[in-house]
Amino acid sequence: MKVSYYPGCSLHATGKEYDQSMKAVSRALNIELKEVDDWSCCGASSAHATNFDLSIALSARNLIAAEKDAMDVMVPCAACFNRFKTAEHHLKGDKELKAKIEGVVGARYQGGIAIRNPIDIIYNEIGIDALKAKVVKPLVGLKPVSYYGCLLLRPPEVCEFENYENPFMLDKMMQALGADVKNWSYKTDCCGGSLSISKTAIVVDMCDKLMAAAREAGANCVVTACPLCMANLDMRPSQGMKLPIFYFTELISLAFGLAGSTETFKSHMTDPQPLLSQLRLV
Amino acid sequence: METFLEEINKKIHGVPLQACYHCRKCTAGCPAASYMEYNPNKIIKMIQNGQKDKVLNSSTIWLCLSCETCITRCPNKVDIARMMDVLRQMAIESGVGAREKNILKFHEAFLASIRSRGRINEPMMLVNYKLKSGDYFSDMGAGLEMFMKGKIALLSPKTKDMKSVKGIFDKTQSK
Repeated sequence: MKVSYYPGCSLHATGKEYDQSMKAVSRALNIELKEVDDWSCCGASSAHATNFDLSIALSARNLIAAEKDAMDVMVPCAACFNRFKTAEHHLKGDKELKAKIEGVVGARYQGGIAIRNPIDIIYNEIGIDALKAKVVKPLVGLKPVSYYGCLLLRPPEVCEFENYENPFMLDKMMQALGADVKNWSYKTDCCGGSLSISKTAIVVDMCDKLMAAAREAGANCVVTACPLCMANLDMRPSQGMKLPIFYFTELISLAFGLAGSTETFKSHMTDPQPLLSQLRLV
Repeated sequence: METFLEEINKKIHGVPLQACYHCRKCTAGCPAASYMEYNPNKIIKMIQNGQKDKVLNSSTIWLCLSCETCITRCPNKVDIARMMDVLRQMAIESGVGAREKNILKFHEAFLASIRSRGRINEPMMLVNYKLKSGDYFSDMGAGLEMFMKGKIALLSPKTKDMKSVKGIFDKTQSK
């Protein structure tokens, strides 16, 4: 299949491991990615926290750009995904706002393309069996808890994921890769990412609670699909609380034995290589 | 004259806050509630009581993480996350400012980065935030480590059509 690809700012900076592994996995699964032309930032938390019209317009500019390619748009970053879905929700539900925002952006919004997260595309379009069939190195001994964070699933009317309180798509994918996924109650709890820089003490506390819960569940790592959760959980927990954090695409890449699959581990702040070598996975 | 409650309801443009029967489910699920000055449902009560200054001056509206757990679980579908956005915007536009100053300064630095390049350049945005907040020394070690690991892209590509991005800011910002 072929989709438009909106990397967003994170995937070109602190979340580059997500971009690299996403592209490698997409190639392996025959998903052709076409980057959205001349994209700009979705506005993230800072736009909607301070100026509603700005937040919708910044996302609308990108949705309109993606519409030119007339394909579903894949949005790996949970924050960008949430902002796009939110903009779509408001633009489709409020004609007056739509006219106003089109005036601000200077172009018409059609609303004809689906905004999709790669979890949805891989789980629903590619499927668990196809994933399983490509595994050459089962992730035996890896015990992740899956962590979706908040922005991917909430609010459910906007993000349109099923099982938004207890999602299982990541869990099923990790099982297909041979990992021993641990169950826990914190799959969709917030890690505090939006205040990571401006209110760090609170965020350290929140991350420590998540790490303690992951350990209690018997996990030896965390798997996520959000570059903000990744940056936050990889960096903010206190010494002694940290666990290796992976993007789900990094683990798919590792289990598929793709070229360069171990490269992205080198730039993690909490080094996952000791765990992976102990398990003979690298 | 419009009451504070009516003003907020109009801006939320959804379920009116009167639908809240204070079951406190929003507060029970809120990951930031224990750090807040007033719990989320208390803010609704204060709006109903017309305590505009107290609400706009509270740290609560800035500590809200926008994780949307409250709206997801509210039995009456009161959009508390949107309410917090409305309150923050009102605090800025009415000149009250932000009780949590650095949080607003971060948002300003972030938006300034979009306005000047279309995309976030993390090092430039962070330097701008540090200059605005005066918080020069936190995260120096982490920043250096990230740089060494190649996670910090000093030169990141800009959006080409900056006229359209700047136009969006000019048309949506009153200042």
